[in-house]
Formats: sequence, C-alpha cells, structure tokens
Amino acid sequence: MQPETAVVKVSAGAQPAAAEADTKMLINGVSVYYKAFRAIKEIDLPVYENRVTAFIGPSGCGKSTLLRSLNRMNDLIPGARLEGEVLLDGENIYAPGQDVVDIRRRVGMVFQRPNPFPMSVYDNVAFGLRLLGLRKKSVMDEIVERSLRAAALWEHVKDNLGQSGMALSGGQQQRLCIARAIAVEPEVILMDEPTSALDPVATLTIEDLIQTLKEKFTIVIVTHNMQQAARVSDFTAFLSMDDDRAGYLVEYGPTMELFTNPRKKLTEDYITGRFG
Amino acid sequence: MNATQTSWRRRLTYYFKHGDVLWWALITLSALVAVVLVLWIGWQVWVQSAESRHAFGWAFVSPWAKPAWNPALDKFQAWPAIYGSLITALIALILAVPLALGIAVFLSELAPPWLRGPLNYMVEMLAAIPSVVYGLWGIYVFLPLVVVPVGKALEPLGGLPVVGELFQGPTPASGFTRLGAALVLVIMILPTIAAVSRDVLQAIPRSQREAAMALGATRWETVWKVLLPYGQSGILGAVILGFGRAIGETMAVTMVIGNSAGGGYSILKPGYTMASIIANEFAEAVSDLHTSALMEIGLVLFVITLLLNALARWLVVNRTIKRA
Ligand SMILES: Nc1ncnc2c1ncn2[C@@H]1O[C@H](COP(=O)(O)OP(=O)(O)OP(=O)(O)O)[C@@H](O)[C@H]1O
Ligand SMILES: [Mg+2]
Repeated sequence: MQPETAVVKVSAGAQPAAAEADTKMLINGVSVYYKAFRAIKEIDLPVYENRVTAFIGPSGCGKSTLLRSLNRMNDLIPGARLEGEVLLDGENIYAPGQDVVDIRRRVGMVFQRPNPFPMSVYDNVAFGLRLLGLRKKSVMDEIVERSLRAAALWEHVKDNLGQSGMALSGGQQQRLCIARAIAVEPEVILMDEPTSALDPVATLTIEDLIQTLKEKFTIVIVTHNMQQAARVSDFTAFLSMDDDRAGYLVEYGPTMELFTNPRKKLTEDYITGRFG
Repeated sequence: MNATQTSWRRRLTYYFKHGDVLWWALITLSALVAVVLVLWIGWQVWVQSAESRHAFGWAFVSPWAKPAWNPALDKFQAWPAIYGSLITALIALILAVPLALGIAVFLSELAPPWLRGPLNYMVEMLAAIPSVVYGLWGIYVFLPLVVVPVGKALEPLGGLPVVGELFQGPTPASGFTRLGAALVLVIMILPTIAAVSRDVLQAIPRSQREAAMALGATRWETVWKVLLPYGQSGILGAVILGFGRAIGETMAVTMVIGNSAGGGYSILKPGYTMASIIANEFAEAVSDLHTSALMEIGLVLFVITLLLNALARWLVVNRTIKRA
C-alpha cells in the first residue's frame, strides 16, 4: 500500500468535465443478487462516451458484479438477479425482448486472466466475426490485421498468425484478447482488472493502449490499483461495502477531482491507503 | 560417475528425510507390477499360441484366407472373429459417440441444476450394471423388440453394391446377430463415453465459456466452437476408452451374437468376436491346437488393445503439445 501522504498523480490528458461527453450507458438504481445475497445495492452511475470510467474499491465490494451487469454476463450465473435498469444509448438492456447476444456484441469484455482460445492468433481474432456470419477471406484478413494493430500486437505476430494464441506471453495474450474484443467493433469495452495478472512492463503497454482505444470506444475498467485508475481513467467510481456486505457507491466524479479533492472521508481514506 | 553417485545419494537422503520413502517405494512398486503384468501376460499368450502360429502362419489372421473353424478337423482361421470384433465395436461407436456427446453436453452445459443430479446418477448406474444382466435383458427384451425389426428394416439395403454385403438377410427370428451384439454394445459403452466426456467438458475453465459468450456466442455456438474443440483430446480419449470396452466386452456379446464361426460380412448374421469365441470355446477345447488357436486370438486381442492404447496416448500427447 502507499504511504499515507502519497498524492496520486492524475494524468494530464484526463478529461476535466462531463459536459463535453455524451452519456453512453446509464446505471439506474441497480442491485444485483446472488440467490438471496445482495452483492450491490441501488447504484446510479453514468458511463460517458469515449471516456474511461474506472471502478475502484476494496475486494468483494462488487466491482466485477457491477461491471458484468453492463453486458449481462451475470445472466450466466445461476441464481443471479438484477433489479433496476442499465441503459445503453437510452435503451434498457434488461428490458424483455432484448437480444442478449446483440448486447454482448455491442458491449465487449476483457477479463482479468487472459483467456485466448486454444486456436491460432488469427482464429482467435476472427472468432467473433465468424459468429456474425462473416465469411469473406479478404474482409476477414483486413479486420484481423486492423484489430491486431489497434491492440499493438500486429508487429509481434504478423509473421506467424498461425501460431497458437496460447503460446504468447501473458501480456501478449491479453492484447490478443483485446484484439479479439475489438474485432467485432463493440461500442463499449469492459475490462475487469485487465493487468492484474501481468508484469509492470506489460501493464504499461496495456495502459497506453487504453488511452488510444478510448478515441474509438467507451471504456469501463475495474482496477485494484489506485495509480492505474488515476493514470488511465477520466471518471472514477468508488464503491465500498456496507455492514450487510452489500456494495454501494460511495463517490463518483471526474478522476482528478476524486483523487485530489474527495468529498467523502471514506474515499480519502481509501485513496491514501488508510483502509482496503 | 562420481557426480551421479552424489546426486543419487542426495536424492535418497531427501526421500528418507521427508518421510517420502514409503510413498516413493509404493509408487515405483505399483508401476513395476503393472509393467511386469503386461509383459507376463503378453509372454504367456505368445508362448501358448506357438503351435497355432506354426501351423497356420499369417493366414490365421488374414482377411483373404479361406475362413474355417473346425475343431474336428483341427482347421482354424481367425478372421471372422476379428471381423466380428471390429464391426460390432465400430457400429457401436458410430451410434454411441454422437449420443454420448449429446448426453455429455446436456449434463454439463444445458441441464437445469435440479435435473443434473438424477441424470448423472442414471448414467453412472448404467455403467455399473453387470454385463451378464445386459446379456439377459438383450436376449429376452432387446433382441426380439428392437434388433429383429431393425434387422428386417435393413435387409433391403442388401441389394446395394459393395455395402450390400453388410446387410445380407434374412435376419434370424431369434435376433442373435452381429447387429444385436453391436446394439447391446451401444448401450454398454454409452455411459462410459458420456461420463468421461462430461468430466472433460466440466474441467474446461469457465473463462473459456465467458470469452465466447462475451463475444456474443449463443450457448450452442459456445459448445460447438469452443468447448468441443477445447476438449477434443479428452473426448477422443473417452471414445477410445469406449472402443476398448466394446472390443473387450465378453459376456453380453457372447450371449447375443449367436456364436457362429461362419464367414461372410453381413451384420444380420450370427457371428463371433475374438472375446466371445474364447469365452465360448476355451473350456471345451477339443485339442491342443484348438487351445493354441484360441490363445493366438487372445494374442491378437492383446496386441490390438495395446495398439489402441498407444494410439490414444499418441493422439492426446500430440494434440496437447500442439496446443500448448
Ligand atoms: N457467482 C457468485 N455467486 C455468489 N456470490 C458471488 C458470486 N460472484 C460474486 N459473489 C459475491 O458478490 C460479492 C461481490 O463480488 P465481486 O466479485 O463483484 O467483487 P469485486 O469487487 O470484483 O472483488 P475483487 O476485487 O476481489 O475482484 C462478493 O461478496 C462475492 O462473494
Ligand atoms: Mg473482481
């Protein structure tokens, strides 16, 4: 943990205000239950377009749960249930009749541990495109290359696209997973602690990547690492746990403000490392 | 030399010091026992089959040699039994594998949790039924109710060129046929393949499923494009296990296959398998050569089983390495 007096630096490029950005997603009074256990309660939060939003908070406070409710990944967990609504471009993705498959295509995801498929690099990136029914080789080649370039991996793999995705290093695997996610051109990319399994150098590469990706995509990232939140995000939501172990939103705001001038005592304690 | 000695001594000290020595000795011993057993059995069937090998040479196992199985004249030729084993096991596999995979996918991916327990239990029960019970049930229920009608329905295929050979009727009214044996085998190997494949699927990390789902894959696409390819070597192992079981199954097959040494390729006719001919005739072998011929069939079965295991091993290792 950081020393108590540490001042977290906020990246110069961080967007100062919300006013210039459109709301891409809106989390509206969301509670998520796992069977009878309420993991998060009544969270309200906007996600701005072409900005990076970070979720921080102590372990078990529901960051992953909240993130996974943004593309309905929690649907896969038996007994998971959501109250409230999550709007994507103003439409509730939990409304009856919504196509989950389509939502997941629009809201892509990168996981904590790199999880490439045991296939070639090319097939990994092409996977989502093939699901969409794309067959044309020339188009496929082009998108695969573009996605790998965007994920800063092209130079490493261009000579051997047939090699197994699992043969890459951890950091490269994670970039492959990013390439795979952006190949289907999602609008939002969710990242759940994408660097926690990586070494510092690979971590920096991914962080740089996030900065370029936000020009095209809206990004939501969960991180345990306060410096990372400060370095990469424009907005930060700080979650904590109540006495009933349900996660709730303590404070949300532009990253710079939240880190330099937190409104809540709890936030200040957390970012200065006094708890959590 | 010196270096090896020291390292050995160091290793021994290590084993003693950490109380691992017993464990280590046990493992080594059991591994040795297994190897010795295999070699010993192989050696025995080799020696005991000497008379037959000398009398008939390669013609004994050749598909092109004239089929003959006549203890009175001391004339023996094993191809019909080998064919019987291969064709029944093959048909059993062709029918059982898709079914078993369906069951495995259902059990591991689709079934609602409340249904999983009972279904798993039933699959395991099916595997635990003794094969003599399958045989009895086959004779009294399965042959007349299923095999005979199916056999009759297949008879018209006998008119086809080439594959017609497989469907030469008429199907005996008792149902004792190679087809009967194959269909009983389907039921017997089904739970094995299903249970092992289910375990393979369940061992696939959740992250693989999530990766597919997060890209907008449906459940079906996830199974088909991610899980089955991911588990292919394990599933292949399950299939080979099933094949091994089918080819080695003795009791149930002996009870339903009709035990006829006749030649021909029709599955609508009674026949023998390697296992069933040994089971059926060994106790009543009339001459030394007869016994020896049965031993040689045992040898063939032994070799096929070894090859099968080697193949399984090779496939699994090969594919795993390719992936890693
Ligand atoms: N599949 C599940 N079934 C039941 N409870 C769950 C499940 N997933 C998470 N939980 C519970 O929900 C709460 C929030 O979990 P979550 O994984 O969202 O926290 P987190 O903030 O991401 O934690 P971490 O920082 O450790 O990743 C925890 O108490 C956890 O035990
Ligand atoms: Mg988490």
